[in-house]
Amino acid sequence: MTDLLDTNALAYSGRALDAATQAASVRRWGWWFQAEWRLRSMKAYWTSIIGTALLTPLLYVLAMGIGLGSLVDAHAGGIGGVAYLTFVAPGLLVSTVVMSGTAEMSYPVMAGFKWGRLYYARATTAASPQQVALGELLAVFIRLLAEALVFYVVLVVMGAVRPGWSLLMVPVAGLAGMAFGAPLGAYAGTIENEGPEFALIQRFVVMPMFLFAGTFFPLASMPIYLQWVGWISPMWHGSQLARAAGFGMPLSGGEVLMHLSFLVGVTAVGVWLALRSFVARLGR
Amino acid sequence: MPVIEASELTKTYGELRAVDEISFAVSPGESFGLLGPNGAGKSTTMRMIGGTTLRTSGTLLVNGLDPEVRGPEVRANLGVVPQQDNLDTELRARDNLIMYGRYFGLPYSYLRPRADELLEFAQLTEKADEKVDNLSGGMKRRLTIARALVNEPRILLLDEPTTGLDPQARHILWDRLFRLKEQGVTLIVTTHFMDEAEQLCDRLIVMDRGRIVAEGSPADLIRRYATREVLEVRFGSDRNAALVERLRGFADRIEPLPDRVLLYTEDGEGALEAVRREGLEPVTSLVRRSSLEDVFLRLTGRSLID
Ligand SMILES: Nc1ncnc2c1ncn2[C@@H]1O[C@H](COP(=O)(O)OP(=O)(O)OP(=O)(O)O)[C@@H](O)[C@H]1O
Ligand SMILES: [Mg+2]
Repeated sequence: MTDLLDTNALAYSGRALDAATQAASVRRWGWWFQAEWRLRSMKAYWTSIIGTALLTPLLYVLAMGIGLGSLVDAHAGGIGGVAYLTFVAPGLLVSTVVMSGTAEMSYPVMAGFKWGRLYYARATTAASPQQVALGELLAVFIRLLAEALVFYVVLVVMGAVRPGWSLLMVPVAGLAGMAFGAPLGAYAGTIENEGPEFALIQRFVVMPMFLFAGTFFPLASMPIYLQWVGWISPMWHGSQLARAAGFGMPLSGGEVLMHLSFLVGVTAVGVWLALRSFVARLGR
Repeated sequence: MPVIEASELTKTYGELRAVDEISFAVSPGESFGLLGPNGAGKSTTMRMIGGTTLRTSGTLLVNGLDPEVRGPEVRANLGVVPQQDNLDTELRARDNLIMYGRYFGLPYSYLRPRADELLEFAQLTEKADEKVDNLSGGMKRRLTIARALVNEPRILLLDEPTTGLDPQARHILWDRLFRLKEQGVTLIVTTHFMDEAEQLCDRLIVMDRGRIVAEGSPADLIRRYATREVLEVRFGSDRNAALVERLRGFADRIEPLPDRVLLYTEDGEGALEAVRREGLEPVTSLVRRSSLEDVFLRLTGRSLID
């Protein structure tokens, strides 16, 4: 302590970049510095992220493949000509990642404004509020990709997916996760006080999407008046693409384009809303 | 050129004028205080200086730049200690400093040794690898203050920096801040401790309901708004108020508080004599020099910590 004060290094160490250089670097890379933080604090629960990513597919494959799958395959001869496990695996991967996106963009975002108030700390640095939001979204996207990759590897190892082009289901799942996560993050940024919002979203949006939007059975097997649940659901659009990648489920070029544009479009709008939401909240 | 120059700076929240057309300027290397009761608009003013809270109207220049337009350039020169700690409780103490420094674009090769210096500054070297969750309130506060220095700012915004610090830690911090000031760092401080304001501030403004009600050096303000001495008398809480009228003649000004009555006078002992001669025997009495606290009472009509 005395050393520090003797040399007066407290104010000037002579080693720091000058303010103009700091500012220039942050204008350019601030979004990445922000993402780095969120990724680093995920280290605290990194093992649980990876553990979940390993265990979830294991349990699903056991239950769906060996339990439910054998029943479906015996009675209906699989779905659309493939074994039930093959059909359901890409959908499970996408749904799981979307649900992780939901978790990462709900309470943690609210906490950043409300409990730990960390976003306010980050906003007092040279970064802009837009960069705080972008960094947050990017970190979650990276985390979702990592989870999807682990999940995918387990599916391959267990023989539920054949390796190759099926790897494309990883980015598709990450995108679907953001298509739901980004708008949710925008909304979470507007919540003043913790109410039942997230529990309601979980129960009445995410669960119905998971159960009815084409994860466990083709959307077309539902009555037409319920199929809209799938049309507006990132899970369904993602699962369809993941199935095309996973076992070559036939999709026309138009369908692929439609699913992709839905996911990209909703993500883009979500990102835009999240930026606005963060800027408004941090600027008050 | 002033480092901070505010002109008719205003922030409204709906109907509420939280900061109401205030103007002030701070010179380089000055230590500038913002005083005022709860809700006066001090923190809001601080946040506008950092460009994090957007102002409603008025102009504001920090180092000649508008913080809303040139946020990164302004904040790269700024160290901010917010009123409420907002450390990352998941991270260790050292990582909090490093990550915060990353936001300024500072490389790890600079940040690692800097973090150790700052931990030493905050007397937290032993706690470097402790999760912030496990630090005491005062330790968190010290870490927040250390964090504000990570980018070697030329301006330090301290919003109630010593809240939660024990007396020893407060005195050490004052000493450190004084050394920073000697190095040419400009300090902007809000505080509810009048002794702190007297110690730290060259000049201060007193705010109330969003407006500036007085401005000057601590000594100036005491001279202008208080007498040389104060006589404090207590008659018991039920009698204090009743006796105010009878005490009026004995002082230049009287300030009745719930637990005691303050008599402002040039000669405290003399006033006490006179009060006794009148047959009013206080339960306790005290003669002291006027302080900023008295200025505060007079200007805002409220005790500091209400
Ligand atoms: N985000 C906000 N939304 C609405 N009102 C706000 C907001 N922030 C501050 N205010 C209001 O603005 C006024 C000034 O608040 P501010 O925090 O600046 O006061 P302060 O002088 O720092 O008080 P304290 O001594 O209690 O810290 C208060 O009436 C407060 O309720
Ligand atoms: Mg305040």
